[in-house]
This record gives sequence, structure tokens and C-alpha cells, in this order.
Amino acid sequence: MPKITLIEFGGVEHIIDAEVDKTLMQNALDNMVPGVDADCGGACACGTCHCFIDDDWRATSGDVNPLEDAMLGMRPDRTSASRLSCQIDVTSDMDGMIVRLPEFQM
Amino acid sequence: MNQAANLPDPKTTPLEQFDLSDPQLYQQDAWRPYFARLREEDPVHYQAESPFGPFWSITRFKDIMAVETNHEVFSSEPTIVIGDLGEDLPIEMFIAMDPPKHDLQRRAAQPVVAPKNLAQMESLIRSRVVDILDNLPVGETFNWVDHVSINLTTQMLATLFDFPFEERHKLTYWSDLATGSPEMAGGDVDEEERMTGLMDCLETFTRLWHERKGQEGGFDLISLLQRDPNTADLVERPMEYLGNILLLIVGGNDTTRNSASGGVLALNQNPAEYDKLRANPKLIPGMVSEIIRWQTPLMHMRRTATQDIEFQGKQIRKGDKVVMWYISGNRDESTIDKADEFIIDRANPRHHSSFGFGVHRCMGNRLAEMQLRVLWEEIMQRFKFVELVGDPKRVQSNFVRGFETMPVKLHPL
Repeated sequence: MPKITLIEFGGVEHIIDAEVDKTLMQNALDNMVPGVDADCGGACACGTCHCFIDDDWRATSGDVNPLEDAMLGMRPDRTSASRLSCQIDVTSDMDGMIVRLPEFQM
Repeated sequence: MNQAANLPDPKTTPLEQFDLSDPQLYQQDAWRPYFARLREEDPVHYQAESPFGPFWSITRFKDIMAVETNHEVFSSEPTIVIGDLGEDLPIEMFIAMDPPKHDLQRRAAQPVVAPKNLAQMESLIRSRVVDILDNLPVGETFNWVDHVSINLTTQMLATLFDFPFEERHKLTYWSDLATGSPEMAGGDVDEEERMTGLMDCLETFTRLWHERKGQEGGFDLISLLQRDPNTADLVERPMEYLGNILLLIVGGNDTTRNSASGGVLALNQNPAEYDKLRANPKLIPGMVSEIIRWQTPLMHMRRTATQDIEFQGKQIRKGDKVVMWYISGNRDESTIDKADEFIIDRANPRHHSSFGFGVHRCMGNRLAEMQLRVLWEEIMQRFKFVELVGDPKRVQSNFVRGFETMPVKLHPL
């Protein structure tokens, strides 16, 4: 199981043993990490599982898909590191990945 | 629930004879069994005739999400309600635009309702809620809709626009005119009154725009639109300016207003849930989401197909109207457990269709939740029972699920 570190906006770190083939969003929910709302349940339809992927892990976590891009476009706090965690399938090579959570979800 | 008058029997009537656009279905609160049958027998349903022309009804939660996230095929233009826009007042608003234009205009307005901004607004909202609640006529029967729901949301709206506070009742009036058109949503507003009122709205906001021009640093919606390069000249496109102002007025008004009333009704209809709330006010945030699901203050949004597409085995044609019934999605048992029950401590209360999905998902959802949370926190500090003492009167519409009156009596702690 890859270990992924999720860091809340306030700095609190959560190191989780992520399950491969589940999304990053689902892993965050399963481990009760605060700051991921996931209102739509993982359908890339609400934008409330927004997160920032640290630079070193951008390539591993994959590209933003067109629908995700449209949803992220509605976020005032979007950066080049922005992803929707429901669109990232966890793989074994994400061991050590660092993910930061935004100040708010909307 | 009263027996529905002048409506077909939902169990025996052939589906082809259902008229889901009939505002009576909603004014009489008779809609549930009709949609239950459609979800079961024909979830993507074509209605060949209605006063608004033919349209498709999407009734299941997951199908609503699929339509709404496919904005290339299911366009928000030219409008997002069942009926078409009148030609007299061709307003344009970003809710009825597709990307990329939609995105640019929405982005200009979005920061005002971002949670970061809301945190700073919370104490102001709370002081206004307290003021409203402390001045209610305890022991007398009064109309909750006027005294609390409208009062609260109108004050909030005046704050968001930095609108002259003493004239704020106009915002409510314009909101009702905007959504009350017979041809758009089956309402009962006189067209001439509507036109006169909405032109007054445009004049008023045009004046405010020019008065505010050049002032720096304002964080109200008008100042934000002025500051964003994509909307800095919006005032020169009057129908687009009016449309977007109305969108923000309706979005911030009807919705929260009717959820603020709907919560009182739901708790009165479900006394065991009210007891849960009294025993544990920490349930309020989850209850707020449940109230928004339960109420579904906007019952549908419409899309228009930009191409032929097969959807769930049905052939939708280019140009067809496709109506997503949020009110039905919120009762879909295949997605929401015990969907017909009001449960304030649900496991996953934010998983509902009231805010819609995709790029048009409700922009002010966190503001709405915050207002309702603060309202209930302060109610529970003061009253052990907001008692419903008569039948509420519902709005005539197939779009807004709202209340005109709701007689209540307060029982202090």
C-alpha cells in the first residue's frame, strides 16, 4: 500500500495507507481526512474534492481531463497544481506522494 | 397532504397523459407519486405535449448528473427553465450560457461567495438573524415566510450587492417578478407588471453601477463585476447586465428563503427528528443539507440538445428540451437511502441534487448553508418549538418550490 501524505490547509498532516485502484478522494474519505467534501460522490460533477499535488508528483498523478478542467475553472483558488482527487486513481508508484488541501471547498 | 384536485390519478393514468409542467402538481404538493412512477417505469420520459411544448424529463439522480456534466451535448442556451424566454425582454445571464462565456462571467462574481469571504460575513449574518428572531411576536400567530425567511434573505442580498438597505424589499419583489412569469414557469405574475418592474430593476442597478464606478476596494457584487476585465463593461449591455443581476437576486433569494421555511415544515411533519435536534444541536450542519435536499427549492433545470444523442436507450433529437428534475433525483431510492424520509442525521447528507452538478453547480451553496446553519443555531437558543399552526400556502410554479405563507406560533425555551 502506497503511503500518501495529505496536508490540511492549517498544516495538519495525515499519512494514509492508500488502497491501489481506488481514487485519491475515496482514500481520503475512507481515512476520514477532513477537508475533502466530495459532495457528488466522485463523478467529477461538484468540485468539492479539490486538492493540490506537490510539483514532484505532478507527472505520476496524471493529466487534468477536460471535464475536470471545466470544474476546476470554477474555483477561485485554482493553481497549476490543482486536481480533483476523484479523478486520480491511486497506483503503487504514488508511495510518498504529498497532497495539499485547500482552505475551503465550494 | 390534501387530495389533489383536478389532477389525474398518478397510479392509473397512462404516462403519456402526465403533465409534469403543470404548476398545480407542485402548488398542491402532489408530485411525489408521479415521479415515483416515472423513475420506476420510464426514467427518461418524453412528454409530447405541454403548454410549453414537448420536453424530456430526466428523473433519476445519476442520469441528472450525466446530463449536467455533458454540457457540450446538453446546452444551457437559450434558457434553463421549461418555458422559453419572452421576446419582450431578451435578458442574458451566465446560468443560461455555455463555456467559455459562462466561465468568464461566473468567475467575476464567484469570489463574493467563496467561503473565505463568508467566514468574515458570518458575524454580520448572525447579528441580523438575532435581531430578526428577537423581534418576533412570541405567542401570536404570524407568517414565518414574511417575518423570517424573506426578511433574512433580503437583508443578506442587500449586503451582497451593497444595495440601499432601506429599499431592500425591492430585491424580493424583483426576484418574484423574475421567476413568476406564466410563459416561463407557469407562474401567475402579470406580464405588464413584470416588464415595468424589471425595467425599474435595470434602471436602479444602472444608477448604482455609475455611482459606484471609481470607488475602490468594494467587495460587493457590483464592484466585483466592474473590476473584472470580462465584465467591466457589462453595464453597456443592458440585457446581459439585467440578466446577471436577476440571476444573482434569484439565486440568493428564492432558494434560501424557501429552505428557511421548508425546514420549519419538515420538522413539524417529523416530530421525532425535531426531538433529535433538541437533544443534539450539533446535528444542525447535517440537518441543513437534509433540509435543502428535502425542500429542493429549485425543482428543475432545463438543457437543450445540441445534437442527436442516444441516452439511456432513448433517442433525443437535436433541439429537444431536456428537463432535469432535481426534485425527483432527490427522491431516488437507487442513490439516496430512504429518500422519502426526512432524516436530520443522515450518513451522507451533502449527496443531493438541489445544487445541480457540473459547471453550473450552485455558486452560492456555502453561503446558503451558512445562513441556514446560523438561523437554526439561533432559533435553538431561543425557542423550543416553532409550531406550524395552519396549512402553508405554496407558490404556483413548476420551477420554484416555495411558500407564500406559513402560519406559526413560537414557544420560547
